[in-house]
Amino acid sequence: MTISWLYIGIFLIVSLGLPAVAIILAGILAPKKPSPEKSIIYECGVETHGDTWVQFKAQYYLIGLVFLIFDIETVFLYPWAVAFDRLGLFAVLEGLLFIGILAGGLIYAWKKGAFEWA
Amino acid sequence: MNFLSDPVTFIGNWLTGLVAGLGMPKETAAAWVTGVAVGILPLLAMLWVLVLIWYERKVIGRLQDRPGPNRVGPFGLIQPVADMLKIFIKEHILPTGVDRLPYNLAPILAVGGVLGMWVVVPFSATVHGVDINVGALYIIAVGAIGTLGIIFAGYSSNNKYALLAAFRVVAQLISYEIPMVLALLVPVLLARSMGMNSIVQAQPVWFIVVAPLAALLFFISSIAEVGRSPFDLAEAESEIVAGFNTEYSGLKFGMFYVGEFLHAFTNSLIFTALFLGGWQGPGAEQFPILGFIYFFLKTVVVHFLGIAIRGSMPRFRIDQVMQLNWKLFTPIALAAFSVAAVVEKLAAGLGDAMRIGIHVLVNLVILVIAVLIGSRVFKARGVRLDALAERNRAAVKFAMEKSHDS
Repeated sequence: MTISWLYIGIFLIVSLGLPAVAIILAGILAPKKPSPEKSIIYECGVETHGDTWVQFKAQYYLIGLVFLIFDIETVFLYPWAVAFDRLGLFAVLEGLLFIGILAGGLIYAWKKGAFEWA
Repeated sequence: MNFLSDPVTFIGNWLTGLVAGLGMPKETAAAWVTGVAVGILPLLAMLWVLVLIWYERKVIGRLQDRPGPNRVGPFGLIQPVADMLKIFIKEHILPTGVDRLPYNLAPILAVGGVLGMWVVVPFSATVHGVDINVGALYIIAVGAIGTLGIIFAGYSSNNKYALLAAFRVVAQLISYEIPMVLALLVPVLLARSMGMNSIVQAQPVWFIVVAPLAALLFFISSIAEVGRSPFDLAEAESEIVAGFNTEYSGLKFGMFYVGEFLHAFTNSLIFTALFLGGWQGPGAEQFPILGFIYFFLKTVVVHFLGIAIRGSMPRFRIDQVMQLNWKLFTPIALAAFSVAAVVEKLAAGLGDAMRIGIHVLVNLVILVIAVLIGSRVFKARGVRLDALAERNRAAVKFAMEKSHDS
């Protein structure tokens, strides 16, 4: 079992290393003629105005929060699903209750208008 | 072991024998050979992208009534190689004011995160990178790294449009992870295992038959996860220039391209393994190479479906994307999963055919309810669209009358 994690480690290192090596190689091969005009940020083609890190919609933040809650809680359901055969009826009902709480959270966020894009 | 029936294992055994012949213990030799094979797999996947790019451009071309690449080599087969060589020797322009570390890390993560998923894919009865017992969770975890790369790219580019794209990515890609994770729970529940190979082995009846709703949700969500049309808001060229990769050039830009194409194919691989029985088919246990062929053919069908959707659907607006996810997909996914759990528990004593029948029936009921409720939830928008269409028709009529007058 431990050795398979070693293989995964090798695999991840290779799969991150491949694009890195390719980019470094290309960087060596490619011409390098930087000039002040060339390295101005492109943006949309016209000259840039003001700061880049602008204010943004709070909606994105809300969605991020709701995602965080849901993602963490759904991960808890995985061991429950794997051990399903060994669970009694009570444990299954508990799991369903957990999903019910999740759904309650969803309805709450919905009613609060977290998903409205206005 | 016969070479024709299982070439990969045959070569593996042969190499192990060769290395062991040099005076290494048998187990150590096998571990070394596996390690090297695991190292070679991402390389093959990267090369496979060349074929994918050609195939996709050709199919999209045909869908849009044009020939697609057809100049370089027979049927334009050498086109991606030429493109790769060209992009390889392009200058890497580093714009002023970018955040260097995330800027350079982003293309690496975008490809590496996708490649990382390949390690748990079961290609045939005997060939699977590593069969860990948390394969499904591993896929979700590693798949999120690619998203991180795109967020890095948008945030570090010192470009307002790229930043907007990064926000859209945050909103869209992470939102669609919820129905995806929930839909993935259904095969895990049905197979009682998170290992990818055990999930495949648990499918004498394909899970797309047992849980069609989860399969549909997983398919759509995985398209949204790749960020392709109709969910290509992160690179909506008519709205935010080129999106998150506007400030990239040379191979750094190419890596995002590679990552996207590979991600689409990888998701088809995973969908096939989860819902279409993976390598299962007649004779796949005795002749593992047949399993490989079945797996490949099924994947190509799923992949083609994705491309066909990409080639024929217009882009959603960001509010539509978010509402579709949170108000329709997430509730359906929650319902489908909990109902699947209940059916599994209550119908455990009944026969397999009966159990599957109940599953299908329940899925259909949920689908009907979802369509009924969904059409009411999204009605307000439909009315507005109707009014818009009415106005458009009036404008066209006015313009036509005017052109008649002149």
